[in-house]
Amino acid sequence: MSAALFTATDWSVMGPELWKQMGTTMYMVGVGMLIGGFAGLLMGLLLYLTRPGNLLQNRAVFTVLNILINIVRPIPFIIFVTAIGPLTRAVVGTTLGPTAAAFAITFMAAFAFARLVEQNLVALDPGVIEAARAMGASKFRVIWSVVIPEALGPLILAYTFLFIGVVDMSAMVGAIGGQGLGEFALRQGYARFNWEITFVTVIVIIIIVQAAQFLGNFLARKAMRR
Amino acid sequence: MSNSAPIVEFINAEKHFIAKKNTVKAVDDVTLTVNTGEVFGVIGYSGAGKSTLVRMVNALEPATGGKVIVNGHDVSSLKESALRTLRLEIGMIFQQFNLLQSRTVAANVAYPLEVAGVDRTERRRRVAELLEFVGLSDKAKAFPSQLSGGQKQRVGIARALATSPKILLADEATSALDPETTADVLGLLRRVNEELGITVIVITHEMEVVKAICDRVAVMEHGKVVELGDVYQVFSHPGHRATRRFVSSAIKDRPDPDVLARLRHRHKEHLITVYVHEDGGQGERITDLLNRHGVRGGIIYGGISEVKERPFGSLTWGLDGEPDAIARFITELGTYTHVVDLGTADAPLDGFGHADLTDVVEEGK
Repeated sequence: MSAALFTATDWSVMGPELWKQMGTTMYMVGVGMLIGGFAGLLMGLLLYLTRPGNLLQNRAVFTVLNILINIVRPIPFIIFVTAIGPLTRAVVGTTLGPTAAAFAITFMAAFAFARLVEQNLVALDPGVIEAARAMGASKFRVIWSVVIPEALGPLILAYTFLFIGVVDMSAMVGAIGGQGLGEFALRQGYARFNWEITFVTVIVIIIIVQAAQFLGNFLARKAMRR
Repeated sequence: MSNSAPIVEFINAEKHFIAKKNTVKAVDDVTLTVNTGEVFGVIGYSGAGKSTLVRMVNALEPATGGKVIVNGHDVSSLKESALRTLRLEIGMIFQQFNLLQSRTVAANVAYPLEVAGVDRTERRRRVAELLEFVGLSDKAKAFPSQLSGGQKQRVGIARALATSPKILLADEATSALDPETTADVLGLLRRVNEELGITVIVITHEMEVVKAICDRVAVMEHGKVVELGDVYQVFSHPGHRATRRFVSSAIKDRPDPDVLARLRHRHKEHLITVYVHEDGGQGERITDLLNRHGVRGGIIYGGISEVKERPFGSLTWGLDGEPDAIARFITELGTYTHVVDLGTADAPLDGFGHADLTDVVEEGK
């Protein structure tokens, strides 16, 4: 710990470091969004479809899935990461580093998105589904050609909302052995009383989130055509 | 337009729902036949079971008892895949239109063609033809949210006709529309029936709709068909009290209890209501009879319009003269047409059975 770090930040060192940590964050967020998002979409769809009165109604599947989501979601993420440590170690081989963090993020993202997807699909007008069924569409066709396209706008907004949650999670894992912008802000900023690093990192995160929100709103508006 | 070959047959058809321990009989032992090429109406208040009944035709609501035979197929015995093939022959339109909001008008009409596996070129040709038929060629690229209610229903009709079905089910198709648009859509349904020869089954709670386009009508109450027959017949000789209420809602010629009270207040003479049907009750015969019996009379209420392009209505007369002469006049007139004797203000008669009707007013809605 040289005294120089307490005074002016050397951006010729910290700049590339920030850039590298940003890449690590994007890696964790990307894995969580892609795999967790996909798993969450499937889980949410299944939850919606098996709901009593819906296309694939199945009380057992619905109840199990519903309870599972209700159990996982309220666990504070920072505790969840440590709690699934044994599973992380079994799958990834370690509980440290970006991949281990991405595993936990993916898990939580899937459960969070499942609920978001279900909530948006429940709001769908059952009349259009009935109309498609009356036209001879199979259940599978109704799902991909009616349920998803009709709910696409709200689903994009939900996915954008998930992105912000995942960025938040990726920062939190910095406190317990992950890497990325969160860890960078904590280690280089908070631990060394370097407010400049903390604020610059915060600004970078805000820019990422704003860009995602802007893109999400734009795509959702295009999808909704209203 | 219709011939007598049956296209839809309900044979002791039942649909029961289990709701919290007790069974709801949405459709209770219904037996009726819809003939090929006719416009068949099913009328009833909400909850009468008519929407469930019509959904039993395409098995969106499978029967829990009895049989539903469509085009020779016992619907209840069909497997999912065979059912989907049958559904291509049954178009359906809805009260809330149920258009896909994420698709353009043209893509909505193309949807059932995609389901049927029609290729792209043929789809395009068919969509253009259908939009032309419903008069919306200029809206092909519009989204449903940019259309008025009447336009949306016309898209719904084009979509329902895409696979050239033999049957069109219209579930409260005009209930969300204003009277003028309703008339347009009903006119279009008439054309669907007359120009394309499609059998149309119309579900409604509005007798006006039945009056405008139906050939035959079934009246439903509590899951049962309580009256069934030719529309003119049902209008002119309604048997069930629910039918009488529907008829009086569409034909405003007969004084309701409030109107009758005011008429009795203004006219102290003897009141009668004379039905005007194709089969009698015309004006000159009445004036002849009045002269012969030495009774003076004047029209104080009523109206004559058309049901199925035939004259229909009633006129309420105030009669002045010797009570015996009036009695003889009413008796003789009664041999020509249906006469309802309302008595005088001092000795009123409940000729319409209003007392009998009052109890269904609350029950219905």
